Amino acid sequence: MGLALLLVIWLITFFSTYFFVAKTWWLPAGASAAAPWIDHQFALTYILMGIVFVAAQGALGLFVWQYRDRGTATKVQYSHGNTKLEALWTVLTAVLFVGLNLMGSHVWASERFEPPKAGAVQAEATGLQFAWYFRYPGPDGKYGRTKPELVDASAGGEAAVGLDTSDSAAKDDIVSGVMYLPVNRELDLTLRSQDVIHSLFIPNMRFKQDAVPGLLIHMHFTPTQIGDYEIACAELCGLGHYKMHGMLKVVSQEDFDKWIASKETEKQ
Amino acid sequence: MASTEIVHAHAAPQGFIRKYIFSLDHKVIGLQYYFLALIAVFVGMALSLLMRIHMVWPTANLPIFGHIQPETYLMFLTMHGTIMVFFVLTTAPQSGFGNYFLPIQIGAPDMAFPTLNMLSFWTTFVAFVVLLAAFFVGAPIHGWTGYAPLSAVPSAGPGEGLGADLWITSIAIFCAASLMGALNFITTVLDLRAKGMSMMRMPLTCWAWFITAILGLLAFGVLLAAGILLLMDRNLGTSFFVPGGLVFTGQTAVPPGGFSPSTTPIKHSGGSPLLWQHLFWFFGHPEVYIAILPGMGVASQLLSTFSRKPIFGYKAMVYAMLAIGLLGFVVWGHHMFMSGMSPYSAFAFSIMTMAIGVPSAIKTFNWLGTIQHGRVRFTAPMLFAIGFVSLFVSGGLSGPFLAQPVLDIPLHDTAFVVGHFHLIMGVAAIFGIFAGTYYWFPKMFGRMMNEKLARVHFFFTLVGTYAIFMPMHYLGMAGQTRRYSQFTEVGFLTRLIPLNKFLTYAAIVTISAQLIFLFNFFWSMAKGKKAADNPWEATTLEWTTATPPPHDNFGGRTPVVNHGPYEYSVPGASRDYVMQTDPATAATPAH
Amino acid sequence: MATLSPTLSVKYPQTRGGGGAGAPPISGGGDGDGRTGGNSPDHGQRLRRARLGLAVGITPVIMLFVSFTSAYIVRQGLPTLDVRTNTYVHDWMPVNLPWVLLLVNTVILLVSSLTMELARRQITRQAALAPVQSIPGVSLGEERSLPWLGVTVVLGLGFLVGQWMAWGALESRGFYLATSASSSFVYLLTGMHAIHLAGGILALSYAAITSLLRKPVEARRIVVDITAWYWHFMALLWIYIFALLEIAR
Repeated sequence: MGLALLLVIWLITFFSTYFFVAKTWWLPAGASAAAPWIDHQFALTYILMGIVFVAAQGALGLFVWQYRDRGTATKVQYSHGNTKLEALWTVLTAVLFVGLNLMGSHVWASERFEPPKAGAVQAEATGLQFAWYFRYPGPDGKYGRTKPELVDASAGGEAAVGLDTSDSAAKDDIVSGVMYLPVNRELDLTLRSQDVIHSLFIPNMRFKQDAVPGLLIHMHFTPTQIGDYEIACAELCGLGHYKMHGMLKVVSQEDFDKWIASKETEKQ
Repeated sequence: MASTEIVHAHAAPQGFIRKYIFSLDHKVIGLQYYFLALIAVFVGMALSLLMRIHMVWPTANLPIFGHIQPETYLMFLTMHGTIMVFFVLTTAPQSGFGNYFLPIQIGAPDMAFPTLNMLSFWTTFVAFVVLLAAFFVGAPIHGWTGYAPLSAVPSAGPGEGLGADLWITSIAIFCAASLMGALNFITTVLDLRAKGMSMMRMPLTCWAWFITAILGLLAFGVLLAAGILLLMDRNLGTSFFVPGGLVFTGQTAVPPGGFSPSTTPIKHSGGSPLLWQHLFWFFGHPEVYIAILPGMGVASQLLSTFSRKPIFGYKAMVYAMLAIGLLGFVVWGHHMFMSGMSPYSAFAFSIMTMAIGVPSAIKTFNWLGTIQHGRVRFTAPMLFAIGFVSLFVSGGLSGPFLAQPVLDIPLHDTAFVVGHFHLIMGVAAIFGIFAGTYYWFPKMFGRMMNEKLARVHFFFTLVGTYAIFMPMHYLGMAGQTRRYSQFTEVGFLTRLIPLNKFLTYAAIVTISAQLIFLFNFFWSMAKGKKAADNPWEATTLEWTTATPPPHDNFGGRTPVVNHGPYEYSVPGASRDYVMQTDPATAATPAH
Repeated sequence: MATLSPTLSVKYPQTRGGGGAGAPPISGGGDGDGRTGGNSPDHGQRLRRARLGLAVGITPVIMLFVSFTSAYIVRQGLPTLDVRTNTYVHDWMPVNLPWVLLLVNTVILLVSSLTMELARRQITRQAALAPVQSIPGVSLGEERSLPWLGVTVVLGLGFLVGQWMAWGALESRGFYLATSASSSFVYLLTGMHAIHLAGGILALSYAAITSLLRKPVEARRIVVDITAWYWHFMALLWIYIFALLEIAR
């Protein structure tokens, strides 16, 4: 039985570790400026935790076999513990855990403590049951007024976010179901929600932030690779949570300007 | 030895109603809680099976249930979480085993307040009935965490009308019941210990039940407050959690429950959805320690007993549990890193969260240190205790990922989190319940459970639960979001369906294996091998008394305690265990 | 002297069941002072245990009001998003409290605490003297505890009526439950306190009934003692709530 336990525990440990090392299923390719930093901290964490995992499970499996009752031959060491050892591994564990956290804290600080730099692209993401709409402030750089009474999701676009077209600042606002961004430029994103809490999750950008009704949440990230990236909602928002799907298209600055211009023309 | 006084906590009851229904006897009440949890866990497992099947075969037409709608999936999800967390994990380890064995292990004839104890069980029962009633009117879809405004606005989704009100009411009733129980546990530990049973001679199970009760005492009041505010927002027009200007237009179907999408703005103003999260998680985090601490106590007890060796570092184990309990109150924000909460608060919470990993690690080292240089007996309870340690390590080590806010960015609300909390709460804590069951079954029912069936149950469950929940970490890293009823609409999720199918097959097998346990349990009650008073050669007080224990636990004698709880293999002793009530001798002095 | 000396050892007829407090009359309890007393339930110990239970039981009530308080303080300072202008505004509207009426209610409650304490000390004295009364031939003046208990019940009900009037005054000033965040909290805090106080009145009524049911004075003393401490806590809680609503408007 001791041997069976050892084998089962060690096999479980082996298979669990194998799929981590082989990266059979892994974080998707990172395409933002923050991604390498986040991925580096992730790697550090999983290597250190992996070592602890293998050591602890290995020791458990080994001990239950090594110290099995073998009849009169087995000698038990009567001991209530070892205070020095307790103190030692307490300190080591504290250093490991807290140290690991502090090492990643600068990435968090740059992501969240600092505002976006000047000249960032502005966009606003509105979550509603069950779609994302993205608004760009247009040449005037100001978001126009929205009114809850004007919201009509079935009409899509400007009506979905309740844009008040009588407001002068709203006249050049572009609303799109697809998010377009220019590559290598920081995005100054404002998140809103019309009904319940949603969460804008773009795995390739290593970006996630809840969109909370009653709050205007400012976030920033910088896409670094041209491509199409999927957006999923990451906070339970109702029966259509699973299909609140969006798309981010990162294009060249040139193509972005062209897209904005074509959208402005459409509005005339 | 024991004193010669005759003592009666309360006269032995007569009649079926007083003996089995409205009993004041903590042993009967403990069993009532245990059987309630047993029913609840099978309901919860059935729900999870339906969920797993729907996730990978969303268009399937199932027998009885037919085609499961997305909102039905979410109803199952909400009720699964609520039933498991409250009526299984908070009930069986603490109210079940704690009620039965805390008084006996400290040498008391009953709990401090037997009538209150009886009331707390029946209140829990009412809470369960109210919760199940939600199924009949359309259960809520907002998850066990019930975030506002989804839970606060009846037109936010199906089941968010009367179903949500029943859900909140059930939880509020459960809060009251838990608080009554906590009161009893704390008073009992402080005031009813037998002569010689100092705090530092209590078994670690008693420490665990004690600290868990303190956590419950402080946390459930906050949940009750949150529930009251939510009921007010829903029914009385207040705006604690609901901000102004909300518009609900997204429903694509009107389910039979009957709610209508609203295109007019909802009349609320100025509420904060984050306030709900703060209040809920201030309760919710201590709650998960409430779920795991008794299992840690049981693991310590069993590892020591079946290694024939004192627990390694008894004092450190006590301090570690106290530290976990205390720190458990200052980490709630780690559930809210992505919520819009201040990033500075997030940093503070994350440091505290990493800190709480330290006492957990100490306990793990001490469990390993207990087995080392011991003499391991592979009884059924020991197998599950060993399994507990393995699962605690696995579930615990995914914590440091989530504790770092920057890593929480890709991992929050993904299957990684689901894997983490299932391994540590849904499996390790359950292994603690199994371990306690196999261990104490002989004392409760006078018969042994079948060892062979227990071993089959153990191996199927250990391998099966790892097969289900370890891959969830991979799925989470790949971006699989939580609480999705199906994965057909998002490209990076459809790629993950094959691995999800594997998890579903593993779940079908593992859940089926639990029937072995169920059979073993009831068959052994009737036909198991008759048990001696101390079949495990254990040291704590429950093993000094008859099997099953008499009404006042010790047959008219008050125990007098001379030894600590884990005096195994004492050099010079006549046998390899010294019971707590054994007289102090030269070879085995009072310790 | 209003306390029962714990070393006093007296014989009482065995009571049926566990009574109201349901505390098992065994010796020990950790310190194991090796009490020998045959079948006698140790009321000093039962009282101590009941008081401990009450102290433990009051803790979650405190947590409930701590939760409400923190929600109150946070909400006060929280800016609200005006969805039309996309700007944050402070929309906290201080409530015009009928503080004179509330002050009167406060006095009523404090007086009721006084009468409650009188009732508690009265029955403590009775319990201390009970063994003397069991000596044949000795009789003391029949002191009835009912008046002070009864007065407390009346005052408690008076407080509740006064709160009801205060809510009426609020409504006449335009502050209903859902009028504003501030008014919601006023009704919430005062309402939750009133509910807990009503529970205390039920306990008081039970205490009054036990004397009519001729339960032994020791057991009655425990019920009255516990209820009294709960009642004092309710008074302190009310002062806290009133101060919070007045000062942190």
